[in-house]
Amino acid sequence: MNPQLLQLICFYAFGLVTVAGALSVISMKNTVHAVLSLVLTFFSAACLWMLLEAEFLALALIVVYVGAVMVLFLFVVMMLDIDHEKMREGFVKFLPVGLIVAVVMLVEMLGLIGVRSMQAQVLGANPALAEGMSNTQWLGHALYTKFLLPFEIAALILTVGVVAAVALTLRERSDARHVAPGDQVKVDPRSRIRIVKMDAVRPEPPAVAEEPQS
Amino acid sequence: MISLAHYIVLGAVLFCIAVAGLFINRKNVIVLLMSIELMLLAVNMNFVAFSRFLGDAAGQVFVFFILTVAAAEAAIGLAILVLLFRTRSTINIADIDSMKG
Repeated sequence: MNPQLLQLICFYAFGLVTVAGALSVISMKNTVHAVLSLVLTFFSAACLWMLLEAEFLALALIVVYVGAVMVLFLFVVMMLDIDHEKMREGFVKFLPVGLIVAVVMLVEMLGLIGVRSMQAQVLGANPALAEGMSNTQWLGHALYTKFLLPFEIAALILTVGVVAAVALTLRERSDARHVAPGDQVKVDPRSRIRIVKMDAVRPEPPAVAEEPQS
Repeated sequence: MISLAHYIVLGAVLFCIAVAGLFINRKNVIVLLMSIELMLLAVNMNFVAFSRFLGDAAGQVFVFFILTVAAAEAAIGLAILVLLFRTRSTINIADIDSMKG
């Protein structure tokens, strides 16, 4: 089979799954199912990126998004006790508005893309391979030279995110008993026990046990 | 033959689905957060496609940063959500009106 045709078939298959997953994310009644649909969407999007030979980002999407962020979502959804029926109120009421806005936006965007795609750009040679590098190497090269400062800022943002998430959800219980580390450090052993020197005293020999009565 | 337009159209479709999701799930904060994640995915799709078709690494580096910021955003958003549920026992947007905005 023609490899380009196979590529196109794969694109349509993955794209279809992505769109179907996205549609079920916004229409599922149960939030847990919606989260699982989002996992499917991200996974097929990663497959699409793999098709574009962006291997590093595809795997990062699976590891970071499916592995960490979506599990966090799932964790929170299952932890909270949500009344699904109440959450669905207004679904039908807002459906026409949402559909109209989405369709109008889509038509506008497609018109724009249609005009621009008159000069059809087809998939050329992989720029990373053209420079004799793998995709990861190519990306790392750009990341650690041209984008070093943004990279450091990204690390800072992640740190701030961790601290903020912990600070927000940390709960001080009023009835909990804490240990004060400062007081613990300041403890002097001499204030705790007093050693008393005293002479050894031989104890009185115990009285002779009485003869047992027969 | 896959062209650039294929990927951009897919990104546009995903983005519009996410916008529709924001409109029709006005009560559930978790689904709103997930719609935002979908929007970011649509944008990332465009970035990756342009990066590949124009042969520029900057697009993929940008996706990397978007993933980072989105992960931090999701963590903080969910922390706020947990806090909200703990104090108000609801995640219904209509009940979150104490700031009278």
